[in-house]
This record gives sequence, structure tokens and C-alpha cells, in this order.
Amino acid sequence: MTDQLPQDDTLTETGLDARGAGRILLIACGALAREILALKQANGWDHMDLTCLPAKLHLFPDRITPAVAEAVEANRADYDRIFVVYADCGTGGELARKCAELGVEMVEGPHCYAFFEGNAAFAERADEEMTAFYLTDFLVRQFDAFVWKPMGLDRHPELRDMLFGNYTKLVYQAQTDDPALTEKARACAERLGLAFERRFTGYGDLATALEEQSARY
Amino acid sequence: MSEEEDDIILSELDDEELVQQMFDDLYDGLKDEIDEGVNILLERGWAPYRILTEALVGGMTVVGQDFRDGILFVPEVLLAANAMKSGMNILKPLLAETGAPRVGKMVIGTVKGDIHDIGKNLVSMMMEGAGFEVVDIGINNPVENYLEALETEQPDILGMSALLTTTMPYMKVVIDTMVEQGVRDDYIVLVGGAPLNEEFGKAIGADAYCRDAAVAVETAKDFVSRKHNQGATG
Repeated sequence: MTDQLPQDDTLTETGLDARGAGRILLIACGALAREILALKQANGWDHMDLTCLPAKLHLFPDRITPAVAEAVEANRADYDRIFVVYADCGTGGELARKCAELGVEMVEGPHCYAFFEGNAAFAERADEEMTAFYLTDFLVRQFDAFVWKPMGLDRHPELRDMLFGNYTKLVYQAQTDDPALTEKARACAERLGLAFERRFTGYGDLATALEEQSARY
Repeated sequence: MSEEEDDIILSELDDEELVQQMFDDLYDGLKDEIDEGVNILLERGWAPYRILTEALVGGMTVVGQDFRDGILFVPEVLLAANAMKSGMNILKPLLAETGAPRVGKMVIGTVKGDIHDIGKNLVSMMMEGAGFEVVDIGINNPVENYLEALETEQPDILGMSALLTTTMPYMKVVIDTMVEQGVRDDYIVLVGGAPLNEEFGKAIGADAYCRDAAVAVETAKDFVSRKHNQGATG
């Protein structure tokens, strides 16, 4: 079975409704939809359905936990198991506490930058990479919606150094090999006045976490 | 109506109208207009401290409230902060000369491993505006930096900031070290940053979690006055 790729704008603004007849539901951030659909397709994981919350929730991390909780409650009667495909994502442990309370599991790690690279490897590099600003495939494609506009740089470019002055480089964590996306990421670095580095990560711990969920079915 | 007729001449406004206009200009982040307003009020004989509290801090408080309520966002707050800072730069030397009241002293810094300082800088500025002396030790501070600054500066308050889930636990390292060294109770410890909450503040042994710069100022004032009262009655 193949899932049609959703539009990035839709994933940012409204998310994605669950489709399929799987027994496991993945409740994910819209920023991970394409990656999860790619893994589903590559592995034939038809027993796992995917629904996504709007990726723009990341602009207001305090809204993530209630939104996830609502989605769990709304869907739990229809599935045998629910897996939350969010990391902590700036909720300061709130999401983990809520998931434990609801009896559902979630992806480990502080954020997607860490689990794409592998949580352990990311943590090891934390000190030397303190001044790195990360973008994933999705965030490169949605750079204006997630960085440029919310930070006001479209209206007030003079704020750039105040907002990004402590960063030294932009690390593009590439999930896929896409030369056009790499060029776009390089342009993003230039716009922010940062050095550029491309780092291929693939799907990292996201793949491992989903494999584990799939195998337990 | 022509544009010229719409233009507001600040010097033609009476004091009350001018302060109200400065609130609007701060809200819109208009640095030059704020500088002009400050200078006009100085020329009219306003004390620098009065300009700071009534025009600048008053205006910035509105900005803070609208930020908290989701009406304003980070870029607008930064522009307002820049405008306020510019006005404060005119007033600072005058405040020193005229002996403005000092409410208390604070050492503030972002914790080790964290380079984010927008929130911290806003708190510093609002605290200064509220009459606190602020010593900002910057970003990526290991525990040694905090302890050294406490020793050297002898502040009333230690403020710690973190934006990342991965760096916020370091605040506990600092507080635990203060406990070990027997100096924890000598200071009011306030913490803040996007992923923090009140529960976390309590769990690590801080005196209070402050959700934004305006709350930080109110909390700091409250704790300092309680500390002084204790001193008076103890």
C-alpha cells in the first residue's frame, strides 16, 4: 500500500488525518509525516496508521502536550495501541509525564534533531555543537514558515544578529539525498549569516523506535 | 486627510498625552520616537527616575502583558525592548547623578551548555527599569561563574535562564553546589526559560519560577521586600 505524500503547508497548518485499517496508531508531529510514511512504505508497516498534529505547534511548545493528550483520547477506542512520535520537544518533561499518565509510549530524546542523529551521538556532541542551529529536511522546506517569519526576519531583518548572533553554524541534518534541498539549506545558512554543514542522518532513532513498535505487534 | 496632518508632533502634546504616545511608540518599537519623548520630558523638568518608571517601564509592562496573552510575539517584543533600551541609555547617566532608588541587586546568566539569551536580556532590562542593579554574566555559565559572581557582587538575587530541556537540569547543579557551600539561603534564586514550569522550579530548590520578564520583576520585588522586612523584624 502506498500513502500519497501530504503537502508541507498542510502538515504545518492542519496536520494529517489517520487513514488505513492498522491496529497501532502513530500520533506524530506533522514535521515527521513524510519520514514516517517513507518508513511505513519501505517496511510494509500497514498495521500502523499515521495521524499528525500540525507541525506549527512547535512554535508554542506549551500547546503540544494538551494537543497530544486530546488526540490520544479521541483515538484510543479505535486502536489496540497508540505510540506518540514526539520527543520532549521543549515541553520540559510535560509530554512524558502526560504520556505516562495516559499509558502510552513516546519516542525518547529531547527533540527530533537528537533522534535523527541518534540520541547518544547527539548528546556526546552537545558541548562542541552548542552554537549549532539545526534544520531537518522538513524544516529546510518550511524555513520561511518556521524560522524566517515567526522570528520576524521578513519584517525586521535587523533582528537577525539579536536572534542568531550566538550561533556559529547551521547544520542541515539530511534525512534524504536531495541536492536541491541541500542548496536550499545552504541558502538558509547564508540568510542567517551562519556557516553551513550538511550531515546525512537518515532516519536515525526514529526508524529504530518504529521498528520496535512494529515488532511488538 | 494628508499624511502631514496625521503626523503627531511629540513636543506639542501635554505630559499625559506624551506618556500615552510613548506607550504606543514603545509598543511599535519606535526607537527614535522614544528617544525624542525622553528628551522632551527631561526638558520639561521630569526627573529621570519618573520618566523611567512612568513612561518606559509603564509602556514595557503593556508589551509584556500582551506577549503573555499571545497578542505580541518575540520579534515585536525585541523591537520594543530595543526602543526601551535606547531610552534607558539616555537616562542611565542621569539616574546615576540624581541618585535614583535602588531596589536590589541581581546576578543573572544563562546556564552551561546554553547560548540562548533573548529571555535573559529582556529580564535584565526590565529589572534595570524597575530599579534593580543587574550584573549580567552572559551565556554558557558553569557553576564556578555563578559562585564567583555571587562572591564578588554580593547580590540579593541570583537569576538563571535556560531554553533547552537538556540544559535546564544544570540549574539544580548550581543550587546544589550553593547548598553544599552553605550559601544557598544567602540569596533569592529565581529561574526562568521556555521549557521550565513552577513544579520544576520547586523540585530543584529555586525560590520561584518566573514565566516572563514582567513576572520576574514582580517576583523579585516581592522577595526583596520580604527579605528586608525579615531583616527589620529579625
